[in-house]
Amino acid sequence: MADRVNTQSLLTGAEEPVVQFESVGMRYGLGPEVLSDVSFQIAPRSFQFLTGPSGAGKTTLLRLILLSVRPTRGLVSVFGEEVSGISSEALTNLRRRMGVVFQDFRLLDHLTTYENVALPLRVQGRSETSYRAEVVELLRWVGLGERMHVLPPLLSGGEKQRAAIARALIARPELLLADEPTGNVDPGLGRRLLRLFIELNRLGTSVLIATHDFGLMDLVDARRFVLGDGRLTVEA
Amino acid sequence: MMGETGSPTAKAQASSQAGAQARAGDRPPVKPPAPPESRGGGPLPPTLRRNAPLVPTDSAASRALAAVIAILTFLAALCAGAAEIVASSAVQWQGTVAQEVTIQVRPSPGRDIDADVARAEGLAKATPGISAVRVFTKAEAERLLEPWLGSGLDLSDLPVPRLVTLKLAETTPDLKPLRASLTEALPGVASLDDHALWLRRLSTAANTFVGVGVGIVVLVLVATGLAVVFATRGAMAGNREVVEVLHFVGANDDFIARAFQRRFFGLGLRGGIIGSGAAIAAFALAGLVARNWRSGPAGEEIEALFGAFHIGWRGYAAVLLIGVIASVVTGIVSRLTVRRFLS
Repeated sequence: MADRVNTQSLLTGAEEPVVQFESVGMRYGLGPEVLSDVSFQIAPRSFQFLTGPSGAGKTTLLRLILLSVRPTRGLVSVFGEEVSGISSEALTNLRRRMGVVFQDFRLLDHLTTYENVALPLRVQGRSETSYRAEVVELLRWVGLGERMHVLPPLLSGGEKQRAAIARALIARPELLLADEPTGNVDPGLGRRLLRLFIELNRLGTSVLIATHDFGLMDLVDARRFVLGDGRLTVEA
Repeated sequence: MMGETGSPTAKAQASSQAGAQARAGDRPPVKPPAPPESRGGGPLPPTLRRNAPLVPTDSAASRALAAVIAILTFLAALCAGAAEIVASSAVQWQGTVAQEVTIQVRPSPGRDIDADVARAEGLAKATPGISAVRVFTKAEAERLLEPWLGSGLDLSDLPVPRLVTLKLAETTPDLKPLRASLTEALPGVASLDDHALWLRRLSTAANTFVGVGVGIVVLVLVATGLAVVFATRGAMAGNREVVEVLHFVGANDDFIARAFQRRFFGLGLRGGIIGSGAAIAAFALAGLVARNWRSGPAGEEIEALFGAFHIGWRGYAAVLLIGVIASVVTGIVSRLTVRRFLS
């Protein structure tokens, strides 16, 4: 039976969308447009998948939301703020409200699993004792309680993925972006991680998961953004 | 530092924790935040590393930079120490020389030189601020010429000038009245030499040397700064991934710049301590060698020039200060470089 998640697509009242794209086009250099005329909204506390064939532009779309690239045309707003010409201070503040799981994990190889997961809290200038219990609790929950002092090169693919997810969740973000978060784990653990995302969504975080795992998507009754040929369609 | 595996007790602790985690596996994944007072101090393996530097320390490049900073600091410290030796020796010479002035009385046909000398002595004694007056006898004056003319000569035919040295009281008196009265009483015969020309030359030479020393120290510090700029840019390029991840997890540019600054300040401090330590050792060694040579003629010359090759507390302080400045420059330059690189 599919889990029930918050599938609202219409905004209620005066709440502004967490992410809003209006006719966004994106190309790298002089190449062809990777995304063209993409418009959508992510409502607060909503849950959605982003899917499409490889090379359809899923990662580019996530990078646009993450503000690591700027659109060639169109408007991108994140947490109600239009991002063209945003100051670096405002950019930092927006990123602190997001959590992201990269397809290639991007763990820092010279830091232990514990230090990697604690990173978002550490960069906020918090002292290590203030977040230790939280980090340990989350690490144990994702099954890395025994691996917290290990450096990432010694972790298996699945362990790296769980560490990357824990790092994205630790600061309780308002928006979670995940690029193929269950790609390297067995189906059982994949389901458990998905339930973690759903639980996070119930606590108020908007979730966008990029995946091509239809088995995973079928577990949740959620909106699907489908990318194909650079265009985006929304399937309820 | 890498791959800590923990003590046996830590491992046992960790495995019991793992059991607890497996049992707790199906509880709701995200709990509301715990109240602050219950946080902190959770049971962690005692060997867990918690706050490693965010910028990885590439040992080969770090060692090279620390070595460059150490060498540059050493050279700058040598320069500063040498300048300090010259400056303090010059002050010493000047002090000794400036405490004395000399009246020279030249023999003149038809005049009694002994009477002229006595007259000059009388005038000097009458001048306030002169603490002692000493008249060189004819024999003493002739002996002064021995090093140039050789001994055993009959100098009675030579018009050897006679000298009267005046020791000045501590506060330098105004010598103009004495000069005027000497010119008036013994015109064309007596002159007063306050060594001003010699002192000026000595002071110019010493100042030039000190100025060159300071200039070289500044140049060396600038070179250190430039080396750090290159090293920081290299580290930034090598750690592009780290910088990107730090940005994504919400670090601002200043946080990243501070992480780099901390790492480079550490390297600078290591280089600075090694460099200034080596310089201090070099000065101590030079002092020791100079002391051992003191008995020989060369030792006397060296001591006459440089004192006991002793740089004094000011010299040591300058050397240490250069080490500190080098590490501070390293930290600040790396931070500015990162800020510029990121903006």
